[in-house]
Amino acid sequence: MSWIKDLFDPKLRTWESFYRNRWQYDKVVRSTHGVNCTGGCSWNIFVKDGIVVWEAQALDYPEICSSIPPYEPRGCQRGISASWYQYSPIRIKYPLVRGALLDLFRKEKRRTGDVVEAWRNIQEDPQKRRMYQLARGKGGFRRVSWDEVLEIIAAANVYTVKTYGPDRLAGFSPIPAMSMISYAAGSRFLQLMGGVNLSFYDWYCDLPPSFPEMWGEQTDVAESADWYHAKFIAVMGSNIAMTRTPDAHFFAEARHNGTKTVVFSPDFSMISKFADNWIPIHAGQDGAFWLAVNHVILTRAHHQQKIEYFLDYVARFTDAPYLVQLEKTEKGYKPGHLLRANVVEKYQHIENGDWKFLNIDAQTGQLVCPSGSVGHRWDKQEANWTTRLVDSETQQSYYPLLTLLEHRDDILITEFDEYGLDKKYFRGVPVKYLDTVNGKVPVTTVYDLIMAQFGVNRNLPGDYPTGYDDKDSGYTPAWQEIFTGVDRATVLQFADEWIRTAQATQGRCMVIVGAGINHWYHGNLIYRAAQIALVLTGCVGRNGGGMNHYVGQEKLAPMDSWSLIMSARDWRNVPRLQQTPIWHYIHSDQWRYDTLSAQYNTAPINEFTTTHTADLIARAVRWGWMPFYPQFNKNTLQLAKEAQKNGANSNEEIISYVVQLLKDRKIQYCVNDPDNPVNFPRVWYIWRGNALMSSAKGHEFFLKHYLGTHHNALDDDIAGALVKEIVWRENAPEGKLDLVVDINFRMDTSALYADIVLPTATWYEKNDLNSTDLHTFIHPLTAAVPPSWESKSDWEIFKNIARITSELSRKHLPGTYKDIVNVPIQHDTPGEIAQKQIRDWYAGECDAIPGKTMHNMVIVERDYSKIYEKFVTLGEATKNGIGAHGNSFEVADLYEEMRQKGHVVMVDGQSYPSLEADTEVANTILHLSSLTNGELAARAYRNAEKRTGADLKDLYLSNTGFKVRFDDLKSQPRRYLNSPIWSGIMDKERTYAGFTYNVDKNIPWRTLTGRQQMYLDHEMYLKFGEHLPVYKPLPVPVNLGDLKKSGTDEPSVVLNLLTPHTKWGIHSTYTDNHRMLTLSRGIIGPCWISEQDAQAAGIQDNDWVEVFNDHGTYCTRVIVSARIPKGMCFIYHATERTISVPLSDTRSGRRAGGHNSLTRVRLKPNLLAGGYGQFTYHFNYWGPVGVNRDTYVIVKKMKKLMF
Amino acid sequence: MNVRAQIAMVFHLDKCIGCHTCSVACKNIWTDRKGAEYMWWNNVETKPGTGYPTQWEDQEIYQGGWQKHGHRLELKASGHWKGMTRLYHNPYMPNINDYYEPFSYDYQQLINAPADDDQPTARPISLVTGKPMDIKGGPNWDDDLSGTPDYARSDVNLRDLSAEMQEAMFQLERMVMFYLPRICNHCLNPACVAACPSGAIYKRAEDGVVLVNQDKCRGWRLCISACPYKKVYYNWKSGKSEKCILCYPRLETGQVPACMHSCVGRIRYLGVLLYDADKIETIASVPEEQLLSKHRDIYLDPFNKQVVQYAKDCGIPDSTIVAAQKSPVYKFVKEWQIALPLHPEFRTLPSLFYVPPLLPIMSQVRDQQVLVSSKNFWGNIDEIRIPIAYLAQLFAAGNEHEIECILKKQLAVRYLRRFETVGDVSKEWVESLLSEVHLNFEIAHSMYHLTSLAPFHERFVIPPAHREESIEMLRETSLHKGETGFNTF
Repeated sequence: MSWIKDLFDPKLRTWESFYRNRWQYDKVVRSTHGVNCTGGCSWNIFVKDGIVVWEAQALDYPEICSSIPPYEPRGCQRGISASWYQYSPIRIKYPLVRGALLDLFRKEKRRTGDVVEAWRNIQEDPQKRRMYQLARGKGGFRRVSWDEVLEIIAAANVYTVKTYGPDRLAGFSPIPAMSMISYAAGSRFLQLMGGVNLSFYDWYCDLPPSFPEMWGEQTDVAESADWYHAKFIAVMGSNIAMTRTPDAHFFAEARHNGTKTVVFSPDFSMISKFADNWIPIHAGQDGAFWLAVNHVILTRAHHQQKIEYFLDYVARFTDAPYLVQLEKTEKGYKPGHLLRANVVEKYQHIENGDWKFLNIDAQTGQLVCPSGSVGHRWDKQEANWTTRLVDSETQQSYYPLLTLLEHRDDILITEFDEYGLDKKYFRGVPVKYLDTVNGKVPVTTVYDLIMAQFGVNRNLPGDYPTGYDDKDSGYTPAWQEIFTGVDRATVLQFADEWIRTAQATQGRCMVIVGAGINHWYHGNLIYRAAQIALVLTGCVGRNGGGMNHYVGQEKLAPMDSWSLIMSARDWRNVPRLQQTPIWHYIHSDQWRYDTLSAQYNTAPINEFTTTHTADLIARAVRWGWMPFYPQFNKNTLQLAKEAQKNGANSNEEIISYVVQLLKDRKIQYCVNDPDNPVNFPRVWYIWRGNALMSSAKGHEFFLKHYLGTHHNALDDDIAGALVKEIVWRENAPEGKLDLVVDINFRMDTSALYADIVLPTATWYEKNDLNSTDLHTFIHPLTAAVPPSWESKSDWEIFKNIARITSELSRKHLPGTYKDIVNVPIQHDTPGEIAQKQIRDWYAGECDAIPGKTMHNMVIVERDYSKIYEKFVTLGEATKNGIGAHGNSFEVADLYEEMRQKGHVVMVDGQSYPSLEADTEVANTILHLSSLTNGELAARAYRNAEKRTGADLKDLYLSNTGFKVRFDDLKSQPRRYLNSPIWSGIMDKERTYAGFTYNVDKNIPWRTLTGRQQMYLDHEMYLKFGEHLPVYKPLPVPVNLGDLKKSGTDEPSVVLNLLTPHTKWGIHSTYTDNHRMLTLSRGIIGPCWISEQDAQAAGIQDNDWVEVFNDHGTYCTRVIVSARIPKGMCFIYHATERTISVPLSDTRSGRRAGGHNSLTRVRLKPNLLAGGYGQFTYHFNYWGPVGVNRDTYVIVKKMKKLMF
Repeated sequence: MNVRAQIAMVFHLDKCIGCHTCSVACKNIWTDRKGAEYMWWNNVETKPGTGYPTQWEDQEIYQGGWQKHGHRLELKASGHWKGMTRLYHNPYMPNINDYYEPFSYDYQQLINAPADDDQPTARPISLVTGKPMDIKGGPNWDDDLSGTPDYARSDVNLRDLSAEMQEAMFQLERMVMFYLPRICNHCLNPACVAACPSGAIYKRAEDGVVLVNQDKCRGWRLCISACPYKKVYYNWKSGKSEKCILCYPRLETGQVPACMHSCVGRIRYLGVLLYDADKIETIASVPEEQLLSKHRDIYLDPFNKQVVQYAKDCGIPDSTIVAAQKSPVYKFVKEWQIALPLHPEFRTLPSLFYVPPLLPIMSQVRDQQVLVSSKNFWGNIDEIRIPIAYLAQLFAAGNEHEIECILKKQLAVRYLRRFETVGDVSKEWVESLLSEVHLNFEIAHSMYHLTSLAPFHERFVIPPAHREESIEMLRETSLHKGETGFNTF
């Protein structure tokens, strides 16, 4: 063989045009993926022959700075598979209605000649209603015209508003940041109607309650480029290579830049590969490890070495120096409430004195009232809401005393709970006795309580540990071994390296955290344990530091202008925004199957902890802590009419009338009697999400109680004997919902079970906006091709629903109506200082005062014939100013300018800026947001300057001319601006990191003290034993009630079911994608088990298994893997019932379900707390979260396989 | 000296996420069609594992690549005589189940199912037969240690490890996995080219890309068994073989191959290398222990004046020489010597190089507690979880010293950056680590820069293709300008 010759001659290579022709294309358009995904990646969409053929990442993100790795390319295996959907066989091309319903409707319409009457006849005939409900999910879809389907939907809207009230219309769509306009479409429509938007961040269990608890912030985290600045990264519960794929390179690149990386994960996960140290901690036990780390940090760095940077940081930026009153108990003392400023004579008469607190000046030993508390936030004085170290009343500078160790009057033996070993420790705490208006009281500092809680031995008397090796004493490195399975020496090395890095870099230690932690019942406590470590070492509010939680929510950057449009506040609407976990817990009747939370939540025994969660929810609703819709067992429109008839002339009088009815028990909250048909939610819109499967915790109960179709749940309803406030109806209703409308481009489980499926545009067929917290750019979705077949964009779909609903209303809902809207006491409003104590007006403990002792009530005018006109125009209430997170600014001039110069729509002879086209909505959002309009950023910062007294000019002066339009974004993604509605700051060289604004500019956190709050003194926290950072053990399976009735004689194993995020799909989307199924194992959601458990149950790799418990059953293939530890199984989130699901062979012989067939919701009651500082409601910000990780299942090999 | 230009690639495995974006980028453009469904010109494998097609590395099964026959080099399976006899029956040819039977689902059932008593579901159907099927394989079947008992434990690279060592790799203390993305290696000594009875496979002179001429291919498929990487595939619809074309239509227009463009882990590098083609046979024939170093020797120093002159004499354009001087691949492979070819013992002289990964340190179990603690900040190379011997099987024909050096170099660079950005390690310590592996601050900095910071244009340096000159050899370029796309020629 004479050696390989290279070929040059083009004559011999003319065939090469074969592949060149394939590469040619006609057009490239920029878009991205508009739902569920957190990437916010800029994509080029390639069009050839008039159809989309493939996509590739755009590479033109503006560079932040050459010493930071660039962002491009962004986009992962899932994103690059999206074009498959567009012309796939699972695409929804035409409107579909289930035949059983369609036939009934057509018949009734023919008979009555009126669509609303037709709908009424179906709904008010139990047999007819039952007939089509039973058909749900069982095939029989029929293609119909848009005209006909819109008529059915509008009829249901009008009938429901007329008969039950507008708060019986509900809508669910998640994570607006990904496609803001598509989200806003449905919410704007629903809000104009008076309907209800269901929250998602808390329901998905993506909201980390520890953020509101400690920082008064929903979530604000570093962009991924900031990881590069970290010098020590600990990852827990987050598999960033899998779930933050486009960002993971920063992690790898930081490694090569000298960063130490430690990954906590029970399995050898994708990100474990990038770790220097992989710590195979027991699942859900990370909190114990961190608490021990805190023990070492406090002992070594704080007590022994007194590292100045750390001590100064906690003195300035945390509640450590705040005084807490100790309360006498039988055996000694226990920590009580933060000491209020007005209990001492010096501050007795100051404004909001109940909501201002006390420090001791280290120099003078005098009491001071530090500025920046929630009381200062809402008092009249300007420039006093700051964390600069000044006394708010005297304006004297001071430096806070952290510990009373050297300044004590006494040492009091104080009681501390340790729930892991179920012990009480009595430990000496240094105190001072203060003369107050209530007499002499013992006080200590939060810092001293934290020291005692963590068992730092400072030569004080009491049950302090003997050292790191004291296994019987809470929070020592030896103690944590009992729970984590990790050797104490690991804790010591970890803590040492953490301390050394934080000290040397002034806070560049970072925690990246995710759903793997947040989805546990006690997720808030695990988070808090790590947050304490960050705070104690000065790592929060620093670039390269902080708690970086990346789960779901994804920052909707131009929140200010967008929220105006999505809530229809431009038309003076007050939105009905529902906390979804409590909504589903109550309405889907999962509360009926729940025992007392005390069965699985370790807590002190008292009146609160032994009350059923459903009863606590009822109280939370009437106290204004939580929203709940529908509101009353009476139509709110009719209620207002009735009030007027009875002489209520003004809105105030209508409200008083309703309060009186409530007090007299003449009307009832729906939450108190959820199984009464008059209180059912009736119409449910689902768009951009998979509400019936991927997020449907307790899916089988959704099928049973919402849909009224087949299900596989076995649980007994047991709450009848346990609830005291909620009406118990012996037979739970099945099929509460009249109509489920799913708007989708693919036949997923929600579409399959809906009554109506509307074909929507894909992400490459519409115009929209997209942002994320993973980077600081805003970019567009644009239509590479028009919506295919008969699909329409979400904006167009809801416009059309609005149009037909308005038309029908002219006859059926003529004139105007007053709607009484219940609103809970809100975060970032003076409601934060509403309730110093818990008092129940219902029990006569106090007066019923809306907005103070109970929820607010607001009257909103509705004209149902004008819904469409309002939908497509920007209302004049825009001129009242807009904002977010407690900061607002004027935009009246910009509104007028839009009216003069822009495209307008005439309504009743008056012109309004047009929102007819999706691009007009996009431009309105960009024009009116402080993030994309420099002039507005300046206005917002000037307001912040006034309130805080800080000089913020460096954050806005250079940006005032900055403006972005939709067309600019189409040419290149743009980095948005600093704005005070967010907690971080950035500039040309600086990456965004949460709370850097607070630290650099002394801006208070939106908490009680305005500092990072380690101590939580809400009554609910004291009652449930979470006022101090604690460990609580995982709920024991037998108490959870997953396996009361399930069992099998066949070989099987009982395992803890974990549902981490999948590599082959994102939440509800992409898992049915042919590409992803091919690259995985051709099955959605296989069950991963260990080699040992497989052997025990006689299971081989790729066998079919049934995974089941009392709540339902799931059939899938098994993957046997060495990287899964014994005792647990993984079913990656989220499955579908649509692809390759066999019939169950243990339960009913019916089609098996999905991963959420195995879950049932259990809510953590202390997260209901409200009316108090950072513990006040805001949409997607606060409330119990839909935890699902404490779930147990039986896994066994299937005997027969049938489809 | 016969200087030629080869476009070559580096995959930095320490950075690989295992996301498979590269695979889909390629699939969407090139193999999303009948006859090609099962082809993944770019695929990503989990190691340890058996890959795609299953056990492709085991040449006792597939008889791919070259072997020494006395002093001569010959194709393992289809040397002169054997090759001809196997035209009609080739026992070493992978069959469809070694890849996987391509499947889809009866998705339409979900939309069209008539009203029934239970919920419809979309069952899997074979893309070959169109009938319902049971899925038993896929192109990434052992992803993330799926099916460890059957796959990872059967990894052929474990063969020389002791039984205890093998078992340890599946226990907590040493368990490990990492990812191995693979495309065609566009070898200097391609077995596929040598095996083709039709002369349909060739290396392009200007960039070294190996192509199967779709007009000339007669579907003999000897290339498929000859390629030890199993990167040539048979299209059952067209009856021709196809393989990764390194996206030459993109390269020719100054764009990187789609898989590299889409590499979101930023692990990939591409650039041109100059080499001496006269040495191919000699170097491919050296004893196994010399393969790595001799392979490096074949690449020429593009800054050497003599090399530049020879290159020009051989007709290599100035623009290619400039590109060779800027080539990131040259730095990784030749200057820093931290990138190695996959299975050099196959003797095809691949043009794709891998930086072996650093992996977490080992742990121990002490009193039933897991102890994760290292001797110093990051631990020494002897504390790494993955046996060096395993990496050496993959990338160094068993030479463990090569692997150790590379891992030490990466660690030394990390310590340098630790010293510079945190300052909690001493300068002396860093200097000693660097000098042990013959690095200085300057080189270490450029390693750091290219690994962490390099923007797109530094990671990918593509020599201009000068298509106008090629076209001119067929017809007037201006004429082509007016007619291209009309298929009139």
